[in-house]
Amino acid sequence: MATGLRSRLTPYLLGMPGGVYLAVFFVVPLFAVLSVSLQTGNPDAGFVLTWHWGEYVTAIQRYHTQFVRSFEYAGISTGLSLVFAYPMAYWIAFHGGRHKSTYLLLVLLPFFVSFVIRTLAWQFILSDQGFVLGTLKGWHLLPQSTHVLSTPTAVLAGLTYSALPFMVLPLYVALERIDPRLVRAAGDLYARPASSFLRVILPLSAPGVFAGFLLVFVTNVGDYVNASILGGPGTTMVGNVIQTAYLQNFDYPMASALSSLLIAGTLLVIFLYARAFGAARIQEYA
Amino acid sequence: MSDIERQTEGADAALLRGLTEARLSRGQLLRRAGVGAAGFGLSGLLAACGVGGSSGGATATVSASASADTVGSAAWWAKQKKAGVLDFANWPLYIDTDHGKHPSLQQFTKQTGITVNYKEVIQDNAPFYAKVAPSLQAGQGTGYDIIVMTNGWYLTELINHKWLVPLDLSRLPNFEQHASSIVKSPDYDQGNTYTVAWQSGFTGIAYNPKLTGRDITSVNDLWDPKFKGHVGMMSDNTELGSVGLLKLGIDPATSSEADWHKAANVLQQQRSKGLVRQYYDQSYVKALENGDTWITQAWSGDIFQAQASGYPHLKFVVPKEGVMHWTDNMMIPMHAKHPVDALTWMNFYYQPKIAAEVEDWVNYICPVPAAKQIIAKQLDDPAVAKSPLVFPTPAMDAKARDYYTFKDYGEFNTWNGIFDPIIQS
Repeated sequence: MATGLRSRLTPYLLGMPGGVYLAVFFVVPLFAVLSVSLQTGNPDAGFVLTWHWGEYVTAIQRYHTQFVRSFEYAGISTGLSLVFAYPMAYWIAFHGGRHKSTYLLLVLLPFFVSFVIRTLAWQFILSDQGFVLGTLKGWHLLPQSTHVLSTPTAVLAGLTYSALPFMVLPLYVALERIDPRLVRAAGDLYARPASSFLRVILPLSAPGVFAGFLLVFVTNVGDYVNASILGGPGTTMVGNVIQTAYLQNFDYPMASALSSLLIAGTLLVIFLYARAFGAARIQEYA
Repeated sequence: MSDIERQTEGADAALLRGLTEARLSRGQLLRRAGVGAAGFGLSGLLAACGVGGSSGGATATVSASASADTVGSAAWWAKQKKAGVLDFANWPLYIDTDHGKHPSLQQFTKQTGITVNYKEVIQDNAPFYAKVAPSLQAGQGTGYDIIVMTNGWYLTELINHKWLVPLDLSRLPNFEQHASSIVKSPDYDQGNTYTVAWQSGFTGIAYNPKLTGRDITSVNDLWDPKFKGHVGMMSDNTELGSVGLLKLGIDPATSSEADWHKAANVLQQQRSKGLVRQYYDQSYVKALENGDTWITQAWSGDIFQAQASGYPHLKFVVPKEGVMHWTDNMMIPMHAKHPVDALTWMNFYYQPKIAAEVEDWVNYICPVPAAKQIIAKQLDDPAVAKSPLVFPTPAMDAKARDYYTFKDYGEFNTWNGIFDPIIQS
C-alpha cells in the first residue's frame, strides 16, 4: 500500500520543482501583466484595478500596424531560416561524418559574441559608404542613393541571421535520429532520391521543423533589437512600442495591454499552426 | 483603526510610525514586483497586483514634519557634518580621465581630505530614475550623494516628489561668482533650489558638407526634399517634438497642446515624404560619420568629439530659428549620507581652474566661462578654448531655447501620445 502510494506520488514529486518554478516565475508575472493592463492611474498616484478595457482598444487603434508587421516579419524570417537551415542540418546529419560536432560548434559559434554586438556589426558592414556598399558604389555597380540599412529587408535579414542556429539545432536532432536503413529501404523499393526525401525524410523530420518554428517564431515576434538597430521609419515592431511604453513613458497599463495582446496573438498562431500541422502526429514522432 | 494601531496605542509615536511604515512600504514594493500574490482567487490576485504610486507613503511623512529639521533648511544644513567620503554617480566618459584616474577628483581629495567613490552608472535618465525611485519611495538612500540628471521629465519627477535635498547656496560661493548666466536659475529649477549644472549642450543640426553640397542654416533644411532618405532625426520624443515646434517658429518652453499637434503634423509630413532615414538614439553620430545621413539633429559635444577624432569635415550649426539647450545637473538625492561633502565638491568644481581641467577632457558646454582663458593659456589647448561648441558666443546663447517643462504626468503622457506614433511607425 505504502509503496503503491509512493509510486503514484513519484511523478508529481518529480514534477514539483519545475511546477513551482513555473508558478512563481511564469504564472504570477502573467497575472500581474493582465492585472496592470486593466488598471488606471499614473506613476505618481499609483495604479488601481478598475477593469478598464479601454487600454486594449487604444492599443489596437494606435498600434495595429506594428502588430501586423511583427507577425509578418516573424513569419517571413521563420520561413527564410527554415529554407537556409534545412540543407545545413541535412548535410551535417547525413554527410557530416566524423566532424559532425565540429560543424555544430561552427553553427553555435556566433553565440559566443553578444547578440547586440553582432547586430551592430551588421550595421557597420552594411552602412551606405561602408565596406560592402561603398566598394560597389565606387565601382559604379550601384547608384549612390542605394541603401540597405533602415529598410524592411535589413530587419528581416537580421532576424533570420540571429535565428538561424535555433532552427538548425532542432532540425539536426530530428534528422540525425532517422535510421539510414529506412532511406536505403526506400531505394530498394524503387523510390527515386527526390521521392524518398519527400516521403521518408521530410515527414520524419517534422518534429524538428515544429520545434524550430516555435523557437524562431516566438523569439522573433517580440524582438525589438533588430528593428531598432537595422530598421528605419516604417519598420517598428511591437517589441519597440512595448519597450518605449514601459521604460520611457512609465505607461504601465499600455505596456501591459500590448504585451497581453502579443501573448494572445502568439498563442493563437501556434495553435492554428499545430492544428494545421497535426499536433497528434508531432507527439507521435517526438 | 487597524489592529496594529490599537495594540500600540499610547506607545512612542516614532515607534508606531516605524512599525506601520516599514510594513506599508515593503508591501508596496512587493506589489510593485507582483510577487507574493499567490493564493488569492483570480479577482483578488488581479487586484493585489496594483502598482503603488510614487507619491505619498514615506515621502508624505517627511514633508509633513515641517519644522526646524526639515531636510535642506538652514537649520538642517547647520547640523550636518563633513564625513570625508563622497559617493558620486555620473555618466560614462563624463569627467577628466588620465590612465584610469581622475585628476580633478584627486586634487579635491588632496585639498579637502574627502575620498570620492566615483561610479559611472548612469546610462540614460529613464532607467536610472527607475533604478533609484523605489529606494527613494521607501524612504531609503540611493547610496549616492551626487547624481547627474538631464533637465526633463525624470528630473521634474524627482523635484515634484521632494526626493532632492534643497541646496545651501550660501555654501556655493564659486557657483554664484563663476557660473554662466544660461545655467543660473533655469526654467526647470528656478533659483537653483535643487540643482547646479555639470555640463550643458545644444541640440542643433550637424551635416556633412560634401554630401549636402551646401551650407545649412535653418531648421527647414531638415525638410529639404533634396536630402530625401538621408535626414537623421532623434528618437528621443522631447528632441523630436521640440525641433518640430522650432520649425513652426514656436518657442517650445511656452508651447501649448495645440502647438504640439501642429508640430506633429509637420513631422508626420517629413516622414511620409520619405525624407527621414531613421529616428536615431546615440547612434546618429555613427550614421553621420558613415555617410548614411547627410544632415541630422545633433548634440554639440558629440560633433566636437567627432571632428577631433577623424571627421574634421563635419559641421555643427545653430539654426537661425533657435537651438535647444539642455543641461546635465548635479543634485543631492534625499537621504544622502554625506550631503556636506557633496556641496563641497559642487563648490570646488565651480573654480575656473577645476572646471577648465574637466572641460578640456569632456568638451561639452562649460558652465564656467572663466575656464576659457585657463584652457587657452595654462592648459595650452586652443582648439577647445576657441571652439564655440565648448564656449558658445553670445550670439549662440541668444538663440538658446528651453524645453517645455511638464507640469504633471498627464502632460507628459499627452506629449508622448502625440509624438511617439511618428517615431514608432
